[in-house]
Amino acid sequence: MGMTMTQKILAAHAGLDKVEAGQLIEADLDLVLGNDITSPVAIKEMDKMKVEGVFDKDKIALVPDHFVPNKDIKSAEHCKCVREFAYRNQITNYFEVGQMGIEHALLPEKGLTVAGDVIIGADSHTCTYGALGAFSTGVGSTDMAAGMATGKAWFKVPGAIKFELTGSLPEWVSGKDLILHIIGMIGVDGALYKSMEFVGEGVKSLSMDDRFTIANMAIEAGAKNGIFPVDELAKAYMDEHSTKQYTVYEADEDAIYDEVYTIDLNSLRPTIAFPHLPENTKTIDEITEDIKIDQVVIGSCTNGRIDDLRCAAKVLKDKKVASGIRCIIIPATQAIYLQAMEEGLLKTFIEAGAVVSTPTCGPCLGGYMGILAAGERCVATTNRNFVGRMGHVDSEIYLASPAVAAASAVAGKISCPCRL
Amino acid sequence: MENAKGIVFKYGDNVDTDVIIPARYLNSSDPAELATHCMEDIDKEFVKKVKIGDIMVATKNFGCGSSREHAPIAIKASGISCVIADTFARIFYRNAINIGLPIIECADAANEIEAGDEVEVDFDSGKIYDLTKGTEYQGQAFPPFMQKIIDAEGLVNYINAK
Repeated sequence: MGMTMTQKILAAHAGLDKVEAGQLIEADLDLVLGNDITSPVAIKEMDKMKVEGVFDKDKIALVPDHFVPNKDIKSAEHCKCVREFAYRNQITNYFEVGQMGIEHALLPEKGLTVAGDVIIGADSHTCTYGALGAFSTGVGSTDMAAGMATGKAWFKVPGAIKFELTGSLPEWVSGKDLILHIIGMIGVDGALYKSMEFVGEGVKSLSMDDRFTIANMAIEAGAKNGIFPVDELAKAYMDEHSTKQYTVYEADEDAIYDEVYTIDLNSLRPTIAFPHLPENTKTIDEITEDIKIDQVVIGSCTNGRIDDLRCAAKVLKDKKVASGIRCIIIPATQAIYLQAMEEGLLKTFIEAGAVVSTPTCGPCLGGYMGILAAGERCVATTNRNFVGRMGHVDSEIYLASPAVAAASAVAGKISCPCRL
Repeated sequence: MENAKGIVFKYGDNVDTDVIIPARYLNSSDPAELATHCMEDIDKEFVKKVKIGDIMVATKNFGCGSSREHAPIAIKASGISCVIADTFARIFYRNAINIGLPIIECADAANEIEAGDEVEVDFDSGKIYDLTKGTEYQGQAFPPFMQKIIDAEGLVNYINAK
């Protein structure tokens, strides 16, 4: 019996010829990631361990991005703790404000995540790097501490669900719509403990930014990881961004999948997840009533990349954000910010009446930079619409693509570019 | 490992880590401080009522969403001695084992036990007793490797012992 892509990567990192679903293994890590929320807890745990220091100062990435630039004194103390740890251990990949970006956009851009890697991060959206054919998964702070100390982590080898993609995405439909469609179909625990493998000829029509978005939200279906095959586009991305050696793993033809779904990309429509779960999806065509909104957020590790900003700018060009609507746009990294500036996208946003922020996770998790009051509604390109996620427990979040979010900002209600 | 015994707080499907401990409190990592806000976005009474040893029971996909270890830390620091669920989200599952918060998967127990019941959990046998209803359930035993981490009261002690 064959192995899936994920199983092959895990077997190679555990020094085994073969693994199967359910097997417990210990794997070598290529990268261990933490942010300003999770690293302080990990550092405290590591201090309790009888170890000299970190296993490899080049294989740890510390990215203060959640409540950064520091939102209050307590956050500043957390960041100081991470900064001091980074200096003390001479961590190569510590990103201070100025270099910092949202971790899951930043690390691929810096070339730290490549095909065939095993990566853990104390952040649930660490699964993003599957877009490049890596095995990457979110863990907690204690796992991060153990990873930093030993360079190893224990895993239960996951089974897998295969998503066979055909066709190509229609205009104004993006990777976000595909992943929301999938979560709507299988539910928020539909891939619990499993890998989601995205394959088929439809993959080639997906941009790298689409793939990052799709892999990023695998966790919202409960998955351990999401992963794409490594094609010419992925190789070109890695060649451009990284000097690291990468290894391409392909699933065996007789690999075992618990379920297989075929999805025709041409049939997808702009898709929106209603409060309070990412699985509560409706297509734009199924929304017949007016859903008035108060705020729009375009950004996050899910949708703050250059393609996302280009799409939003295309919608907002020569238009105005509706009166009374706050539209907050957050480029995910400094490089994306700069690119958006050079392409004139920031000008378009500001002329439309949006605000543009420095990179931060801020509003996505209700940290700062766009908190909602009771009764307020937000259309966000983020990843979670749980109760109270962006502020008051009586606020509402509608998850959508940058195209839908930008169109909604103009319309003052949930909309899409084809309706403007 | 000692049995857990206490009164049940009952929740439904997909209890996410944002409601277990909202991000607005994540500028702290102090367990005692986190515990004072545990569950407040879906159950304001929890922190007022919870006593040391009490038990949390929920149905599907408990602990989904953010990887924040602050969630099992807050639950443990609030006094909860065990969480019983039909299924756990995978990061929460790892985190609970790693910090030494006892958890146990059992669909029937998760569905049938009600808020306010007195429940006892025998971790050695995986048996769950609803003392109020007089019912008994067999929970899922941990694989030996995870049991070793739990017996060491967490991953840090386990690694130190190795």
